[in-house]
Amino acid sequence: MSDLALHIPVDVVNGPTSLAFALLAAIAVGACVVVSRRHLDERLVPLAGLATAFIFAAQMLNFPVAAGVSGHLLGGALAAALLGPWLGALCVTVVIVIQALLFADGAVTALGLNVMNMAVIAAFTGYGVIVLALKVLPRTRFGLGVAVFAAAVVSVVAASAGFVLQFWLGGEEVGQSFGAMAAAILGTHVLIGIGEGVITAGAVTAVAVARPDLVHALRGTPLARTAKESV
Amino acid sequence: MSPVDGLYRPGDSPVHRLRPQVKIVALVAFTCAIAATPREAVWAFGAYALLIAGLFALARVPLGWVLSRSLVESPFLVLALAFPFMVEGPAVHLGFLTVSEPGLWAGWNLLAKATLGVWAALVLAATTPIAGVLAGLSRLRCPEILLQITAFAIRYAHLTVAEVTQMRLARLARCDDPRFLWQAGALARSLGVVFIRSFERGERVWQAMAARGYTGRLPLDVGPAPAGALQWSAALAAPALAAGIAAWAAVFA
Repeated sequence: MSDLALHIPVDVVNGPTSLAFALLAAIAVGACVVVSRRHLDERLVPLAGLATAFIFAAQMLNFPVAAGVSGHLLGGALAAALLGPWLGALCVTVVIVIQALLFADGAVTALGLNVMNMAVIAAFTGYGVIVLALKVLPRTRFGLGVAVFAAAVVSVVAASAGFVLQFWLGGEEVGQSFGAMAAAILGTHVLIGIGEGVITAGAVTAVAVARPDLVHALRGTPLARTAKESV
Repeated sequence: MSPVDGLYRPGDSPVHRLRPQVKIVALVAFTCAIAATPREAVWAFGAYALLIAGLFALARVPLGWVLSRSLVESPFLVLALAFPFMVEGPAVHLGFLTVSEPGLWAGWNLLAKATLGVWAALVLAATTPIAGVLAGLSRLRCPEILLQITAFAIRYAHLTVAEVTQMRLARLARCDDPRFLWQAGALARSLGVVFIRSFERGERVWQAMAARGYTGRLPLDVGPAPAGALQWSAALAAPALAAGIAAWAAVFA
């Protein structure tokens, strides 16, 4: 089993850019705390804690990508679909901080960059895609599955695009090869996103069938039953 | 040991006994020093590596363990290997390869700094228990609400991870033979079940807390102890040395 990490290490992105993104991340996480607390009051700590524990467990599940390489979920879209973007981003942030301090995964100086990409950008783009897709798609199991799949793919690619942007702002000067590098990074993440999408869609539809009230993206309305299911 | 316990290796070395808050500050300072070092100062990186190796020896952390944990940064090594071919600049010949010189430096820069960064973080992770890290962060005025959520998450992650493992075993015991992509469906459904169980547990835990008079503030179960001047100076010796090396390398490079 190989634990591939996507967390940015030391000095891939220069100091000023890291600092700017750390500031942005602090503001975003602060906003997440305020909004989540408004929805959950004093329930915030136990519910967010348990939800974070769940994201942790989801990331522990390794699935094989290719021979010898296994990947795990990033969980941004999963958290956003089930918990909403604010609480979802908050939970993924906690996971990233734990990984940096307790697992040496990702540099402490790059925490802001990693939080922006994997928590804030991933959760909010993922949630946006689900909400938009559910306006077009039928509110059935299949429709929700497709919406969540698309959301997971977009969220993973958006997170990697966040890295490409940070690298463009404060990374190595690579001149004309930048386009090729960006294409390689985004292309790899489309593949990762498809894997993430399959698992995320399966998990969210499984929850939606049993407890539709727990899927934040459905906003309290259960799925419509298809003719076959209601017989 | 459960994978949730972090990389803590119990022990009683001088590094273990340092207060967690000083170790966290030292890690941040050390990482900044590494990041600020000019890439051409190869000797400075060697000095950092020796310094960290000394800390590992002091903390009785075996080098094999450190090397196996260093693999976490491997995806970025691909980027480091790509730099020599991507960055523009005067070309140099390495056997049959023609690569750019600034690109080689860029690749070296990424490789050296990422590896040293992971090693520095491993010193903290290997010598500080989770409760200690949380106490240290609280001492450093990290927002209480985030610490409470983190404490809850770590406590219950043991349970959720055990649940996922247990469900996988249950599937295997029923002659499921998960291979390649075909396991995705079962995996996803068990995740869904674990989410429902976690959320319901969260509500039960909240009710139990409310019944015991919880009003939104949590008495943290780890009282963070203050650190004296001796502790601070001992812990900051390594980053101070590193900062000195970085400054020296920057001025005389």
